[in-house]
Amino acid sequence: MDTKFALAGIDYLIMVVYFIFVLGIGWALKKYMKNATAFLEAGRAMPAWVAGLAFISTNLGALEVMGMTGSGLKYGMLTTHFYWVGAIPAMIFLALFMMRFYYGSKARSVPEYLKLRFNEKTRGLNAILFAVMTVLASGISMYALAILLENVLGWNFNVSLLASAAIVLAYTYLGGLSSAIYNEVLQFFIIVIGLLPMTILVLTDVGGWGGLQSSLAPIVEGKGYAADTWTTTWKYTGSGTANPLGVAWYGIFAGLGFVLSFGYWCTNFLIVQRAMAAESMTAARKVPLIGAIPKMFIPFLIIVPGIAALVLMNDPLKGFALPLNDAGQPIYDYTIIMLLKQYLPAGVLGLGVTALLASFMSGMAGNVSAFNTVWTYDIYQSYIRPGTGNKDADDKHYLKVGKMATVFGVIVSIAAAYVASKFGNIMDFLQTIFSMINAPLFAVIFLGMFWKRSTGNAAFTGLLAGFSIALLHHGLTQPEGAATLVKGGWLGVIHTYPVEMAQNFWTAIYAFTTSTVLTVVISLLSKRCKTDEELNGLVYSMTPRLSDGDIRWHQRPWFLATIVGVICVVLTILFW
Amino acid sequence: MLDIRFPIGLMFSIFGVLITIYGLATLGNEAMYVRSLNVNVNLISGICMTVFGVIMLLLSEPVRKMFRK
Repeated sequence: MDTKFALAGIDYLIMVVYFIFVLGIGWALKKYMKNATAFLEAGRAMPAWVAGLAFISTNLGALEVMGMTGSGLKYGMLTTHFYWVGAIPAMIFLALFMMRFYYGSKARSVPEYLKLRFNEKTRGLNAILFAVMTVLASGISMYALAILLENVLGWNFNVSLLASAAIVLAYTYLGGLSSAIYNEVLQFFIIVIGLLPMTILVLTDVGGWGGLQSSLAPIVEGKGYAADTWTTTWKYTGSGTANPLGVAWYGIFAGLGFVLSFGYWCTNFLIVQRAMAAESMTAARKVPLIGAIPKMFIPFLIIVPGIAALVLMNDPLKGFALPLNDAGQPIYDYTIIMLLKQYLPAGVLGLGVTALLASFMSGMAGNVSAFNTVWTYDIYQSYIRPGTGNKDADDKHYLKVGKMATVFGVIVSIAAAYVASKFGNIMDFLQTIFSMINAPLFAVIFLGMFWKRSTGNAAFTGLLAGFSIALLHHGLTQPEGAATLVKGGWLGVIHTYPVEMAQNFWTAIYAFTTSTVLTVVISLLSKRCKTDEELNGLVYSMTPRLSDGDIRWHQRPWFLATIVGVICVVLTILFW
Repeated sequence: MLDIRFPIGLMFSIFGVLITIYGLATLGNEAMYVRSLNVNVNLISGICMTVFGVIMLLLSEPVRKMFRK
């Protein structure tokens, strides 16, 4: 199947206009970048709605968009578990219970919170892992973008890679985190508006939701599942074999709904950084909730078209097919690309392509802007050159370091992208490994925030052990039919999971459990490292309750959280 | 600091106008719109985007300031 798009002049014009705006925003923010706080923390001046849309947009990278549409085709509405159970509860929890400690402790990053709450070595371990992870993640998305541009637009791989890196570098260097956040908001709107025409057209073509359900029935039954498996979420999760995800309801609940999602949304600095840039404590607590509102509806934009693609694929009259890989398997990640190609004429097509480009770039910028903060504050300032006590001079110095870290981060990302182009599997492997560091981190931060007895040594050991167990579990198990060691089993196989998703869930569950048990046991055996006074503002029971009495009722975080919760429950019931 | 609604509004107004004009220019081109179920999506999206862009512009601080004067 030919993946090449035929773009017209108007499509290129739209792309050019978009890039002018991206760089223009960086340029307009340049004059505010007078110190490290402005550059690395956006001056803590973002309105709640701006930070909220950036919060959700950081997660809406191109790999997510392409992956989710592909998963819609593969797993149907079950993919929405990544949203309604796998994101919203964690976002509500972050907003109501955790943001006040991240924001109120004056920590400038998640590793720094670990330093304040526990000790230096826990911060060091987390900071180094995070810094390596973000730079490599940015390299992976750069590589994916260049490959996509080569396959879809026929552009040269090297030129695409270097040009996209240069644009990202330019606007993050000029405007720092503010520029990254503003561009994420811009990207949010362009993704929604750019993809909406495709979503509407594909749904119309299959006869709306009703038409989709009836055309899916024979196809899904042919695969050996009940007729409505692809259009329901919880109905067939009684056992793992009744649904294509291969996981039963308790696995979804514990693995995805708890460990993976809380690990990702509540402790990943890339995400939390957006909320930490908010202008006030109330704004910071509202950021995840504001982000949750569009998040709940994104499945309709990107997952539902993927489900419809399954119908199109099985209807020879539509002439819809996915490109095949070397092994003759369809490449599911290309579902959204092929849908754009199928339905959009020149004009709106340019907008759709720009939306994908935008999401790739903001993914990179997000990683780079989280990397430079952790590098400057948690590695450079902690271990290489501590502050001198002269605040102005220090601020200038760290601004310079932050800017240099931005350049350095982009250069290493480019190098990582070239490594990925030579050894694609290694990068896949690293990505899987890094996805494991969040689960133990969540265990440690959760215990630190809500149990004053947990100690620094326990946290450090818990973090390290959780990560090691994750590695070990991945090394000893593999999904059924795994052809390469990248998918696991590189130490020998003692268990085989029906699908890769199940393996990932259980890796996270084991890591989280190990981390929790070890941290609790060692805490009880060791002496406390912080006094009650030192834990004020860092631990729930040691911090005076926040009173929302002076905020009008409809602007209180609890009110917003209730609305989000109700909508999420209604959606879950509607698509049960 | 910069009100982000201004660049968003401006960009989508430009996109909207460009795509609306393109939609009008290709009004009679039936072959081109077969893929989009015989609907001139450019015209429709273009108009919607222009409306969105103008609303964002009107809400943005620089434009409101101009009106206050």
